[in-house]
Amino acid sequence: MGKFFRTIFLVDLFQGLWVTFRNQNPKYIYTEQYPAQRPQVAERYRGAPRLNINPDNGETLCIACNLCALACPETLIVVGSERNEQTRRKELTTFTYDLSRCMFCGLCEDACPVDALELTQDFELATYTRDGQIWDRQMLEEGPKPTQYKC
Amino acid sequence: MPDATFLDTTELVLNMGPQHPSTHGVLRVILKLDGEKVIGTECVIGYLHRGVEKIGENRTYQQFAPYVDRMDYVAAVSNGLGYCLAVEKLLNIEAPPRAQVTRVILTELNRIASHLLWLGTHALDIGAITPVFYCFREREEVLKIFENYCGARLTTHAFRIGGLQYELYDGFEEQVKAFCDMFLPKVDEYEELLTNNRIWVARLKGVGILSGDECKEFGVTGPVLRAAGVKWDLRKAQPYSGYEQYDFEIPTGQNGDTYDRYVVRMQEMRQAVRIIRQAVEKIPSGPIGKTPKVIKPATGEVYVSIEAPKGELGYFVVSDNSTQPYRVRVRPPSFVNLQALDRMVRGGLVADVVAIIGTLDIVLGEVDR
Repeated sequence: MGKFFRTIFLVDLFQGLWVTFRNQNPKYIYTEQYPAQRPQVAERYRGAPRLNINPDNGETLCIACNLCALACPETLIVVGSERNEQTRRKELTTFTYDLSRCMFCGLCEDACPVDALELTQDFELATYTRDGQIWDRQMLEEGPKPTQYKC
Repeated sequence: MPDATFLDTTELVLNMGPQHPSTHGVLRVILKLDGEKVIGTECVIGYLHRGVEKIGENRTYQQFAPYVDRMDYVAAVSNGLGYCLAVEKLLNIEAPPRAQVTRVILTELNRIASHLLWLGTHALDIGAITPVFYCFREREEVLKIFENYCGARLTTHAFRIGGLQYELYDGFEEQVKAFCDMFLPKVDEYEELLTNNRIWVARLKGVGILSGDECKEFGVTGPVLRAAGVKWDLRKAQPYSGYEQYDFEIPTGQNGDTYDRYVVRMQEMRQAVRIIRQAVEKIPSGPIGKTPKVIKPATGEVYVSIEAPKGELGYFVVSDNSTQPYRVRVRPPSFVNLQALDRMVRGGLVADVVAIIGTLDIVLGEVDR
């Protein structure tokens, strides 16, 4: 009898409809209006790489130890350095990071002994050309400059 | 009288996929049809083959860890756990207790995320459009926890060999607890939408029956096996990462049909919440483990399998006393489960093929590797 009642009066379907009706409550809206409203990514987010510079004197923190290049599974980091004859230290000349092959695993920043290389919260990495994905030292130090939209 | 009239029927060969949205990726199924009845199927795979196992031979042990995330990309944390456990066994080390408990929490959260994605897409295949939005809404909360913890949402690379790389962030426990409290009523909500729905029941009950013995013949594991009434869960059978400390049940079904698999997975989500709640209560303090700088295991081989959301995920790692594995063989649950497709589909209708592919919960990234 109960089954007959439920079948005739479509109880199961109305039960489902009641769920969808409840979920129309505006507090369940999760849509992000992306270009205007930018998402707050986590502090540890692994996004665009950055080569940190010393804020006091503008010199790079990188000691050209090449550990990041060795740690990278895709070997996409190329570190160029030359020995300074006066201080007998290796100094960074070039730093190339091929973002098109990067999978943001974070092994390079784990390997960095001086926290020079870091994966940052920047996530807008689209470029018009394939070459634009290969970041040189200057680009890595300045970071990407995504367009900010306002509504 | 002509030899053939339009009343004569012939067998029809139909290609389903690889771009068909219901094949959950790039699976191509060649169907042999008699009217609307399926006489036989053949799966064509390999469209997503990236040679992950071969890549492993050319990377060091640490470097290969991000690649395993890309096999079953909806359950990346489980993949990482399996690989880390395998290499740890090869090295004869064990992660510290704090790392183990954290691993359990994240793996179970990942199980929920994987099942949510399965539920949403499966329902979408059957024709229920609503659940996918609700499921993705809740999955987002899990992904936020992953993002806060390790900085990535999908291909997490959360664990390292020998422990963890990242210490738990402030507010991790609160966020996980809040998720558990929020999530259980949502599971009830999905059940309200689907469990008694007459269309859902009619489309799933008695479809794609696979008995327990057939499951064992094919080597099918995971929820598909448990829905056939076999109480087999590696978390209970061979506990790893401290699973023996947690109190949970193995949900099983009786009929081994698509509906039972749905019920089993819904129950598994509840059990996962139960495990997470117990684990969050007892996160011990202490070290989180440190990755050895150079991993150079002694010559030997090891097989470690874990209960991934989709079934038994095994890693067979052979070492030749160098920093790179000699061979990494993966036993992916999706690949093995996919074998049973033909047995389940044969004799059914074309519309059921979609339901059965959905219920197997395959991820083509894992099938092709």
